[in-house]
Amino acid sequence: MLEIGLGHYLTLAAILFTLGIFGIFLNRKNVIIILMSVELMLLAVNINFVAFSAELNDLVGQVFAVFILTVAAAEAAIGLAILVIYFRSRGSIAVEDINMMKG
Amino acid sequence: MIESLAFYMFATITVASGALVISARNPVHSVLFLILAFFNSAGLFVLLGAEFLAMILVVVYVGAVAVLFMFVVMMLDINYVEMRQGFLQYLPIGVVIGLILLVELIFMLGGWHLAPVLVVSVSAPMPAPINITNTQALGQLLYTHYIYLFQAAGMILLVAMVGAIVLTHRKRTGVKKQIIVDQIARTDSVELVKVETGKGI
Repeated sequence: MLEIGLGHYLTLAAILFTLGIFGIFLNRKNVIIILMSVELMLLAVNINFVAFSAELNDLVGQVFAVFILTVAAAEAAIGLAILVIYFRSRGSIAVEDINMMKG
Repeated sequence: MIESLAFYMFATITVASGALVISARNPVHSVLFLILAFFNSAGLFVLLGAEFLAMILVVVYVGAVAVLFMFVVMMLDINYVEMRQGFLQYLPIGVVIGLILLVELIFMLGGWHLAPVLVVSVSAPMPAPINITNTQALGQLLYTHYIYLFQAAGMILLVAMVGAIVLTHRKRTGVKKQIIVDQIARTDSVELVKVETGKGI
């Protein structure tokens, strides 16, 4: 129990990923929290990558974690920009209001 | 021993703040707990020997992404109390799906072990930390074998930046702005007057 191995990190990442999924279902009225849940899931994936990188003594896992970080940052920026213009035109950010995709 | 204690501390705080991110009443508190979760995962990365990623996590996630979230949360004028109504409506299905996923992950992790062939087929073995730092090793890999992917990541960031600016930029009507070219090119209202000594205009 006191020896920290790969399994501990994988368990932690699994719990974080599940929390992210759970957050998406729980906060159906608030897109901002949903985006934060997506960030939590990406963080869990990153923990997996780095844990395997350390376990296998392979640096490529960390390189991929860097790329995931890049894409996550881009996704957050675009998602929040879409959120802002959506709020400007509709005055709401609830998921159930986003049902008119014809502009 | 100290490493195990550090792992358990970081992991506990990460999971607890992750749970608070999705359940906090106030979205500002959610963002703050997200920042706490990122800080503690950075600690976990340090424990795993990925110092560069830990620092990048603090700089990029805490310094940029979380602050962006904070800006948006504070910028949008939303009644968050009203938004909380019906919060527990989706709790059962969320719990069911979350539990199914967690059980699946536990089963997968429980019956899983590293294939022996994986250990010998390492594509970029990590150099000993005595010779070279983690940042240096990562840079030597990123700027050689992964240079195209690195450039592509740069392009993705550029496209994201341009996209975000184009999406949120708007021409506002009814705003008075200084137009410097018109200002210095006007002639009709300016004249040169010769003033005699001892008299006003």
